[in-house]
Amino acid sequence: MAINKEVVDHVAYLARIRLSDEETVRLAQQLEGIVAFIDALKNVNVEHISPTSHILPVQNVLRDDVPVRSLPIDKVLVNAPQPEGDFFGVPKIIE
Amino acid sequence: MELAKLTCHELLDLIGAGKTSLEDIFDDLRKRIGQTDHKVRAYVRNSQTENADVCPEICAQSILKGIPVTIKDNICTEGLNTECCSRILSGFRPPYDATVIRKLKEAGASIFPVKANMDEFAFGSSTENSYFGPTRNPWDVKYVPGGSSGGSAAAVAADEAVWALGSDTGGSIRQPAAFCGVVGLKPTYGRVSRYGLIAFASSLDQIGPLTKDVRDSALLTNIIAGYDPRDSTSVDVEVPDYTGALVKDVKGLRVGIPKEYFVEGIDPEVKRTVEDAIQKLKDLGGICKEISLPHTRYAVPVYYIIATAEASSNLARFDGVQYGYRSLQDKAKTSLIEMYARTRGEGFGQEAKRRILLGTFALSHGYYDAYYLRALKVRTLIKRDFDDVFKDCDCVITPTSPTPAFKINERIEDPLKMYLSDLYTISANLAGIPGISIPCGFTKSGLPVGLQILAGSFREETLFRAAYTYEQSTPWHLQKPEL
Amino acid sequence: MKYEAVIGLEVHVQLKTNTKIFCGCSTEFGREPNSQVCPVCLGFPGVLPVLNKTVLEHAVKISLALDCSVQEYTKFDRKNYFYPDLPKDFQISQYDLPVGRDGFLDITVEGGEKRVGILRVHLEEDAGKLIHKDDISLVDFNRAGVPLLEIVSRPEMYSPEEAHAYLTALKSAIEYLDVADCDMEKGSLRCDANVSIRPRGERELGTKAEVKNMNSFKGVKDALAYEIKRQIESVENGGKIIQETRLWDAKNGKTFSMRSKEEAKDYRYFPEPDLPPFVMTLENIRKIKETIPELPREKAARFIREYGLSAYDAGILVVNKKDAEYAEECMRAYPGENKKPVVNWLIGPLLSEANNRTGGGELTALGILPERLIELVGFVQAEQISNLTGKSVLTDMIDTRESAADIIKRRNLIQISDTGSLETHIEEIIKANVQSVESYKQGKTGALMFLVGQVMKKTQGKANPKVVQELLKKKLA
Repeated sequence: MAINKEVVDHVAYLARIRLSDEETVRLAQQLEGIVAFIDALKNVNVEHISPTSHILPVQNVLRDDVPVRSLPIDKVLVNAPQPEGDFFGVPKIIE
Repeated sequence: MELAKLTCHELLDLIGAGKTSLEDIFDDLRKRIGQTDHKVRAYVRNSQTENADVCPEICAQSILKGIPVTIKDNICTEGLNTECCSRILSGFRPPYDATVIRKLKEAGASIFPVKANMDEFAFGSSTENSYFGPTRNPWDVKYVPGGSSGGSAAAVAADEAVWALGSDTGGSIRQPAAFCGVVGLKPTYGRVSRYGLIAFASSLDQIGPLTKDVRDSALLTNIIAGYDPRDSTSVDVEVPDYTGALVKDVKGLRVGIPKEYFVEGIDPEVKRTVEDAIQKLKDLGGICKEISLPHTRYAVPVYYIIATAEASSNLARFDGVQYGYRSLQDKAKTSLIEMYARTRGEGFGQEAKRRILLGTFALSHGYYDAYYLRALKVRTLIKRDFDDVFKDCDCVITPTSPTPAFKINERIEDPLKMYLSDLYTISANLAGIPGISIPCGFTKSGLPVGLQILAGSFREETLFRAAYTYEQSTPWHLQKPEL
Repeated sequence: MKYEAVIGLEVHVQLKTNTKIFCGCSTEFGREPNSQVCPVCLGFPGVLPVLNKTVLEHAVKISLALDCSVQEYTKFDRKNYFYPDLPKDFQISQYDLPVGRDGFLDITVEGGEKRVGILRVHLEEDAGKLIHKDDISLVDFNRAGVPLLEIVSRPEMYSPEEAHAYLTALKSAIEYLDVADCDMEKGSLRCDANVSIRPRGERELGTKAEVKNMNSFKGVKDALAYEIKRQIESVENGGKIIQETRLWDAKNGKTFSMRSKEEAKDYRYFPEPDLPPFVMTLENIRKIKETIPELPREKAARFIREYGLSAYDAGILVVNKKDAEYAEECMRAYPGENKKPVVNWLIGPLLSEANNRTGGGELTALGILPERLIELVGFVQAEQISNLTGKSVLTDMIDTRESAADIIKRRNLIQISDTGSLETHIEEIIKANVQSVESYKQGKTGALMFLVGQVMKKTQGKANPKVVQELLKKKLA
């Protein structure tokens, strides 16, 4: 798997990270090396092996449908970069 | 009396005997930080430590009597900056406490108001990837303290903290504990609530203690362990009193020595030191035998797929909308997508970007099966290796890291080499099992070496027993760095 | 027509619970912005989701009601995409192991019954709400984390009417379970449609457009009709359908392309590591199944069987559960084997009053107790009042809450069927309307109805029109 500039650009777009040209070049090179290393997994026979998403045999963790107090508005917005009244403000979305 | 040098249980004894007070402890700690932290830089905003004060509501009847605990910068503390040592979370003050913090407060601990340094979002093995700059190893400030909980480990090693909490996703407690010559425990996945731990890789992360000795480790684990209804992955298994496992006796303990951990790549001094430690355990009555963990070599690649994939999703929320850093551009002219891309491009450091991109790639269309799904399957094989071993071993002993601490800047430009320093610790996270690192000697140049003990899920008592017996039979934990 | 349309619907239903899907915040509608939020539904760093028990039960219930096979093993996945109404920039949803799959819903359409396949039923969390101002957008997260159930049909509907019937039947079935409000105007039921066309007889599906932003049942019908016409016209004019998302503009009666960069969507689904899987035993499923009440179609079948209703009448009466129960009480209490008289009143005057007054057309909202309705119907059946008078009495009953007997007495409405007293009136009318009498005698039967009308007028509607007619015929013979 070759990680070239296009792949890095695409993945950076999906992850919403702006990269400088210099970063893109460097990351492409580093990721290429890492992916080559990771490709070692292709040597493992995983036929009939089920994937492990949860390491412990825990299941059916449920919560009763009982309301608890919500966060007061001042605490909701205390960290907001752009509070607007009781709302979070973001750049105008044009659809 | 140099109170800052003491363990928590020693301080509790002194307070109990009326020989010292909480004020004295805080005074001495502040003094020590003032003297040494400009060299070590274990704390993120060390100029603020002078404000660290006794928590006024601490109850004299409480278990911990107000003794402070140092917290890694990725564990949420209500009203206290919790920034994961990242620009993107700069200024973030959570309006809630992590469950471990709540438990500590209920036990009467003071939360030390300045956080311990770490690699940004716990991405790293050297604490060099911090927005606040690197922490240095108290044993030799030219060296890294390990990571990502390097601030917590260095603070404990330098006597700038009584004890500390860290988090461990692939070795982030155990490896810095080894590099700094302290005790670090990664509990079983699900043993300690992750609620309020800013997630790196949800299926691997676990909070644990970094302490000056094994007794403190057991004491702190007693307090933070247990089921939490706010964490669906925490397990409802009874928490024993871990101090009860502090018995100096390993007679008949079946110890597995995995041959895959002593091959190429291991530093000769580390190898010799750990072999000496194994001999010591044999002398103490342990039954050691060679075992095999055949999929060991795949642990690092599996880890770097699973951990980065989960991280790429966990870190999506840092987008400049609700908290943390937002790129300061002309509001009226910036589109939403530009705001996101600039905020994240400017807010994340190099290693964070690298891992988010790798994880995004591993999950992206066309690569999911080849990378992510395959990694989950190999994870199953790694888990099975341990299941097999623990059928006839009580614990497994390995070096914590293939090398002692390395020099600052030595590996920062070579991510792969950096990743390999977690070679021996990652498997425990993948298998969900507990692991502890304890000091087992020094290199010729005076850097600590760590011994890792692993056990089956929820067998922390076995770890404490073996670690305590070894520690009490050796002088390593009593040595202090000169600063 | 050369082309046929193929429609599949994706319906989002907001489940009726006290709290959100993964945290204890209230789900109440219409509160101040950002007042029903907590670190969990705001996606603050470090927080973790815990599934609401009721949400899972509701989802299983709906799956069973739609004849889905309920998965023994179900889990959640993360759907990753960036949007400001999505607090974590991923949505917790279900990807490959949804709660239910492979069900169906039977609907009634012109020309009979039809079965529409259900592909899958899965749980997910709702997003927040965006408000767009001149130079800024505002985010309110009250709705973020509200439990949603997405019900995806197979592309097996071929007209806007079928889609409408499917939605009506789906809403009706879910309302019977009492697990959701299904109010499209309030957004507690949302519907997106996948629409394509293909030449008749062709099996392959055409390129589909996804139509969104339909805010009422009528809107769905109108939008689909427009979109099908647009696609056919486009193809007939040599154009090509492109895969895109189109928004319904109800004001102008058009769909229009979102025109956003149709980037290849890559949601990077993967198993949600913070939520262990859920395993449903057959025993659990059986227990939930036991709580499922008789559903609309079963009820309709029983009404036909037990009360001799026509399929059409039964279909109308079972749409709304409360009304169906009310109707059954009325039918049960109505004396005799033939229930048609009371049924006619239910689906006639009562339903039209309900539609006029409540908009929603709920019979029970009128506040007429079954025994009171039966009393009224009794008066009409006994010809003590006319059908017309009966309708006026009904209006009065709804307004005043008086019984039919009291109203008839108060307004002195009992029909005059006594020939003696009627004859006097009839003779007067014959005298006063010589011309009409002549016309009738010359064979214009219409004139007789005019004369009956005059008698009715004179008696203020109280005369029994049948008796009047008979008497007139006799007199003028």
